Amino acid sequence: MSEHINHGNLGNHGNMDMEHQEHHIVGPKVYLAVFFVLLTCTALMTAVAFINLGILSPIIILALACLEACLVVLFSMHIYYSSKLLKLTVVAGVFVFLILITMTLSDYISRAWGLW
Amino acid sequence: MDSHAIATTAGEVHAEAHAHPAYLRHHFETVEQQREAASFGMWLFLLTEFMFFGGMFMAYLIYRNWYHAAFVAGSNTLNIWMGTANTAILICSSLTMAMAVYSAEMRRKKSLVVYLILTITLGLTFLGIKAAEYKEKFDLHHVPGANFSIESFVHPTSPRAIALAPDMAEKTQVYFSLYFAMTGMHALHMIIGIGILLVLVYRASQGAYTEGHTSTVENFGLYWHFVDVIWTFLFPLLYLISRYR
Repeated sequence: MSEHINHGNLGNHGNMDMEHQEHHIVGPKVYLAVFFVLLTCTALMTAVAFINLGILSPIIILALACLEACLVVLFSMHIYYSSKLLKLTVVAGVFVFLILITMTLSDYISRAWGLW
Repeated sequence: MDSHAIATTAGEVHAEAHAHPAYLRHHFETVEQQREAASFGMWLFLLTEFMFFGGMFMAYLIYRNWYHAAFVAGSNTLNIWMGTANTAILICSSLTMAMAVYSAEMRRKKSLVVYLILTITLGLTFLGIKAAEYKEKFDLHHVPGANFSIESFVHPTSPRAIALAPDMAEKTQVYFSLYFAMTGMHALHMIIGIGILLVLVYRASQGAYTEGHTSTVENFGLYWHFVDVIWTFLFPLLYLISRYR
């Protein structure tokens, strides 16, 4: 899968603590696997758009889009191999975005409460 | 000259203590710590970008709810095949960018330059298709503003399209405003990305990123993949989900 090389560290700094993890080099196999899954997802998305599934079609299509985004963030953008700090940063960003969406939408649907 | 980098003038005591790679700045203990800090900063920037695009996604969500018929009619004027082709091209450019990062890490100068040039080519192809789509919108008077025409929505020629009342047909301008704002901002990010890629190609051809210091290429890779992720959502929202509504 990924090659594990202590990279660029020319000098010997001795004890490497938890904060100074070694760098993972993600190899072509991972990138190619992600590439083919992304292309398949895109083909599926377009195919689903041509089938009348009613309310299900946007759900399926956007679920595929989310799967694609997760794969890119985890593997192409190396978050899967990154430190907990970076993982938490990404999750916190997405979480704040979801809070903003939820609060905006809860305001939006409750403005004319009972009148719709 | 880089005033922060530890250069050969660092002093004898320091040089005796431990040998640094030249690109390790003095306020970092290790190369790994420096790399981590750079990635962290890049991710914070990408999160602000995420919020920026997120605002437009939010506007799209609410306006689509309000003017649903207009959004469906507007969306059905887009060419799904051009959108699908552009999605595939962006996925390819993501692969070539990822391979460029790998080449830099493996210290292969030639393949780094080749992959960066491939990424530029794919990016330009994407923008070319996008420009053709924009031109069609101008030709059909589907660009919001004084020259906008509701004619094709009130009296549609396509057998699939449902005729809209004139007031709802006016609201297709909201769809097209968001279409141009979102794809336009995405395209602007790609144009900026291609500009940076040109600098990276020039610097890479001089051997800048294949001597161990790969952070610049890595962080640009994050930017390029991020732009790809944005398109991953723009494509279904603008082109696909309204086809059968």
